[in-house]
Amino acid sequence: MAKVIVVTSGKGGVGKTTSAAAISTGLAMRGKKTVVIDFDVGLRNLDLIMGCERRVVYDLVNVIQGEAGLNQALIRDKRVENLFILPASQTRDKEALTQEGVKEVLEKLREEFDFIICDSPAGIERGAQLAMYFADEAVVVTNPEVSSVRDSDRILGLLASKTQRAEQASDPVREHLLITRYNPDRVTSGDMLTLEDIREILAIELLGLIPESEAVLRASNQGVPVIHESASDAGMAYLDTVSRLLGEDVPLRFHQASKKAC
Amino acid sequence: MKLLEFLKRERKKSASVAKERLQIIVAHQRSQRGQPDYMPMLEKELVEVIRRYVQIDDDAVQISLDSEDNCSVLELNVTLPKS
Ligand SMILES: Nc1ncnc2c1ncn2[C@@H]1O[C@H](COP(=O)(O)OP(=O)(O)O)[C@@H](O)[C@H]1O
Ligand SMILES: [Mg+2]
Repeated sequence: MAKVIVVTSGKGGVGKTTSAAAISTGLAMRGKKTVVIDFDVGLRNLDLIMGCERRVVYDLVNVIQGEAGLNQALIRDKRVENLFILPASQTRDKEALTQEGVKEVLEKLREEFDFIICDSPAGIERGAQLAMYFADEAVVVTNPEVSSVRDSDRILGLLASKTQRAEQASDPVREHLLITRYNPDRVTSGDMLTLEDIREILAIELLGLIPESEAVLRASNQGVPVIHESASDAGMAYLDTVSRLLGEDVPLRFHQASKKAC
Repeated sequence: MKLLEFLKRERKKSASVAKERLQIIVAHQRSQRGQPDYMPMLEKELVEVIRRYVQIDDDAVQISLDSEDNCSVLELNVTLPKS
């Protein structure tokens, strides 16, 4: 059965696109047929993180408006088999995305793919609600920061009320917490919320912990999802995250301060 | 003793302040879940109306909606200053 997973957060700039790119790449590396969709109409950048910006011809809005077929718009990843990207439109206005249109696209994708990853735009308005509406599971990306945690809680409220699963009163959307840009040294010095604090406040299950890492910028400069940097801390943390998403029990890493910092 | 407490409080780390603030914020947000969209506006306007008679704080009015079997009850809590 295909799974639709939304990567969401409320707040912008917390690492949704970085995480959507890494998780979809990781799932494909594990042999799952995966498509990652950019829902950030007007401000696409998933294509840049995936390194396929020069191969974008058609986008999600073209497909919804019947100007291109789904197979014309899907971009096959150069590095990993089984991985496809559906870019967002750069120019159109946001109204071009309709719930009915999104539903049709997702239904077609469900027939072909194991995982459908939706990279949500920031905010709690229409765009973010469309990205989450048909989700089976949600990865709530949160930074150890007051505003990010508060926004994540708002998103949890929407997942529980403004999704198809909520409206049809079927099984609720399964919520996963992904803490990113975590800096264990600052946690030790008392200047950053601990992962236990965040988990306690949001009260959802922890899927992964991604440290603040220089590898992320390096990877985005090159248009290579950071999970390919398998020797880097962030790369390994995303690999662990993907394993947990596939139901494996993997111990947490990168949550303790480096020895030299003490 | 007092001095020790004072020193302790001085050293209170910013992360624990963040946690306390978040616990209050999130509890408030969760209490409003599933409430109609007009509730924040109603709360704000109630503050304005009461202020025509008594000076109250911005957060002195708290409202919530409880639905029972066949009706809904709007609960209104107003904290007035000591006169
Ligand atoms: N773990 C991390 N360590 C360091 N920088 C990060 C990390 N995750 C994300 N970033 C940086 O944060 C910025 C925002 O990330 P992005 O994935 O675009 O967020 P969003 O999609 O939520 O707006 C980017 O500059 C990205 O390189
Ligand atoms: Mg983004």
